[in-house]
Amino acid sequence: MIKVEWFYWLCGIFFLLIAMQAFTDRTNRKRLGSAAFWGILGLSFCYGTFVVHKQAPSWLLGIAVIGIAALAGAGFPGRGQERTTTPEQRARFADRFGNKLFLPALVIPVVAAIFGAWLAKVKLGNGKPLLETGSATIIGLGVASILALAVGMVLFRPRSPAVPLHEGRRLLEHIGWAAILPQMLATLGLLFTASGVGKAVGRVTDHLIPKGSLIAAVALYCIGMAIFTIIMGNAFAAFPVMTAAVGWPLLVQQFHGTPAVVFAVGMLAGFCGTLCTPMAANFNLVPAALLEMKDQYGPIKAQIPTAIPLLACNIVIMYIFAF
Amino acid sequence: MWVLLAIAVVVVGFALRINSMLVVTAAGIVAGLIGGLSPVKILNAFGDGFAGSRSVTVFIVTLPVIGLIERYGLQHQARKLISKLKVLTTGRLLALYMLIRQGTAAVGLTSIGGYAQAVRPLIHPMAAGAAERKYGKLPEKMQEKIKGFAASADTVGVFFGEDIFVAIGSILLITGFVDTTYGLKLEAIDIAVWAIPTGICALLIHGSRLWLLDRTLDKMAAQADAEAEDEDEEVAR
Repeated sequence: MIKVEWFYWLCGIFFLLIAMQAFTDRTNRKRLGSAAFWGILGLSFCYGTFVVHKQAPSWLLGIAVIGIAALAGAGFPGRGQERTTTPEQRARFADRFGNKLFLPALVIPVVAAIFGAWLAKVKLGNGKPLLETGSATIIGLGVASILALAVGMVLFRPRSPAVPLHEGRRLLEHIGWAAILPQMLATLGLLFTASGVGKAVGRVTDHLIPKGSLIAAVALYCIGMAIFTIIMGNAFAAFPVMTAAVGWPLLVQQFHGTPAVVFAVGMLAGFCGTLCTPMAANFNLVPAALLEMKDQYGPIKAQIPTAIPLLACNIVIMYIFAF
Repeated sequence: MWVLLAIAVVVVGFALRINSMLVVTAAGIVAGLIGGLSPVKILNAFGDGFAGSRSVTVFIVTLPVIGLIERYGLQHQARKLISKLKVLTTGRLLALYMLIRQGTAAVGLTSIGGYAQAVRPLIHPMAAGAAERKYGKLPEKMQEKIKGFAASADTVGVFFGEDIFVAIGSILLITGFVDTTYGLKLEAIDIAVWAIPTGICALLIHGSRLWLLDRTLDKMAAQADAEAEDEDEEVAR
């Protein structure tokens, strides 16, 4: 059986290689802290295997996670000088390779979909599934990335096998600590649930809707996602709160909604909130600045008339397809 | 009820633009302490939560190949293809750009658009250029309108396209969080498929608003002309 943990180790090793590169990168003024950030992260990914299997204490990983957050708060990881091609070289390469450039990228969704939709159902001779249950898409993504890289290496023939690693580091250093923010928010969701935040929000929202009304509960979840996202500026942060308060106890447990539909559409309802909030500066204020707009809320004003009907669509889609 | 303070920590921390990793960690600790968890239990929760949601970060395995194709000119090639839209009117150009942005994001190619990469250097100049060809020099109100809609074409396109691709933070966050917290075994691809209906609605709603932007601009131009004439008359008087 192909196990998902193999791919977490692949991620761990990738982070450790990045840590080593960062450590030796003299152009990165924060190289020691950066190496520590990526290094602890890489080790945490591998150590996580033993935590999940209850073979090692969780608190040790907890300390590492708080350490990673502290490093992020102190301004790490930093960026070194980019080792990539110049815009002129890229223009020449683009003339040479043309639309072949899209090919490796398209391998990823195609292969991931084959794994998620088809290989997920394949069973081995001993009756066990070929891919670990519930992780077929993640496994597919790992395999797809390796295949896509192989296609890219054959097409473009870079001079050294280290080239994709340097390019990967360029992108990862660009994202910085934000690369693991979604995972931190998922972790926060678990802590919120364990300490009863979801239940507390649920007690507040219970008073807002008539008991036993499905459409009211669906609307509460979707509108709640949008409003929490507007306040926090981040649908990822709103998701664990609203799901613990309404999505899971009411929509899935009480009304027996299909979890995949409830959660997917719930998240998208949050995105409608993102369209309307200056708190999501990256998406709404940055483009206004880049385009030198007089009115920094110009993009939001263009988006609100889309966000409101789209939120209504989400409520309808969830109501029809999840129940 | 005091445990709701943990949400307040997130709201205030994000509003003050404190590093989000610190805010999230602080909120987790506050929630745990008020919720009556011992310090060891809080650390255990951080460890278990992080280990259980590693799938959320798996998207990073795509970075080496994306970086590689960028090295060989992905963005230049995309720009070449997009610049063929030059012949269109402002509204149609933005609507088609949104379609392209959404479609490419749905197959994981989020790096070929973006405000700095495409909207500022390419899409906005083309959209504004098309309007200038039609109306002449643009009054500030119309310039602002085109800028706002150019940014929104990118934002709405990528938001409601990327969720159809499995290797994206929001999809992985959903499966990572609910699998760890509620013991479900959801497939990421099943979540991604359910982003398609909303994606279509977003395309229809925002796409048609972009398409109809030409009419709005017509009206604004007519109004601006009328105002200019009024002023001329006043000057003549």
